[in-house]
Amino acid sequence: MAPPLAELWVYLSATPLLFLTLTLLVYQGAYLIYRRAGFHPLLNPVAISVALLVALLSLTDTPYESYFGGAQFVHFLLGPATVALAVPLYAQLGKLKHAFWPICGALLAGAVTALVSAVGIAWALGASDLTLLSIAPKSVTTPIAMGIVERLGGLPSLTAVLVVCTGIIGAVGAKYVLDALRIADQSVRGFALGTAAHGIGTARAFQESDEAGAFSGLAMGLCGLVTAVLFPLGVWIVRALP
Amino acid sequence: MLAALTVLLVYQLVGEIAVVAFRLPVPGPVVGMALLFVSLMIRGSVPDDLRDTAQGLLRHLSLLFVPAGVGVMAHLNRLTDEWLPISVSLVFSTLLTIAVTAIVMRALLARRLKGQ
Repeated sequence: MAPPLAELWVYLSATPLLFLTLTLLVYQGAYLIYRRAGFHPLLNPVAISVALLVALLSLTDTPYESYFGGAQFVHFLLGPATVALAVPLYAQLGKLKHAFWPICGALLAGAVTALVSAVGIAWALGASDLTLLSIAPKSVTTPIAMGIVERLGGLPSLTAVLVVCTGIIGAVGAKYVLDALRIADQSVRGFALGTAAHGIGTARAFQESDEAGAFSGLAMGLCGLVTAVLFPLGVWIVRALP
Repeated sequence: MLAALTVLLVYQLVGEIAVVAFRLPVPGPVVGMALLFVSLMIRGSVPDDLRDTAQGLLRHLSLLFVPAGVGVMAHLNRLTDEWLPISVSLVFSTLLTIAVTAIVMRALLARRLKGQ
């Protein structure tokens, strides 16, 4: 006799297999939709996957911790993937040397804009201190942002969510902003995406061209470095003020 | 693929160790990326195996953010309480950052071309 569905569910949801498989299935479904629509930026696969998974977990009353028990194997790959960004970056070495100073200037302008505008707007609209601390590094890739916020006493898991939202917003909106500004240079388009929207922006940039993707990956790494230094310094200054 | 994946993990591990040993303010994988980049510069080329594995991983970079994104359900209370400052800040700050970065980089590149 087949076991009742509820019993089967209890058994399966206790192993990593179920939620790992579910994550991969849902993402591939979302990616299929994205591809069918000619990679339209509004149909971002991360946004669709997250929405579907949250709906599924809510309907089945599954807590996030149980889900993450399986999904952590995917999450873990963020580390090696970050290291792997060195490869496309190296392929752009020639362009990189040529554009060294413009890159430094754009990076500093972008990183400061991201930090100051995120905190400034949220503060002006009455966000709590904990939210301000957690939203500040939103443009930086997840592992870096979580690391910074954890050290400063914010909520790393909230930061992770805000970082992913930022990435989706950047990946969805970049094309419209950059087209409106008539930016055609692939290296500039990629660099702006990576600075503002880290890895999700970089995935989007690779959709435009390899050059945009490589510069986006570079921007993502550099913006992480700069923010990791600037943000704790800024917090230190603000806390030292009377 | 196995060898290349091992290389990536070794660089990440060395990065993590360096971060702890020297109390660096950046995460291990970023240090690992910098070290791999320097190694490739010294070597002068990318091994085929490493190139394929890196491409494979990066092709689905978006997927890797899904588990963290689903964490939104653990913070629904705070997000609904403060939805206005959070959403306005995220949207405007992100789009503004894209615009500022692109404008500054384009201006500096144009100035450099004129200088040559």
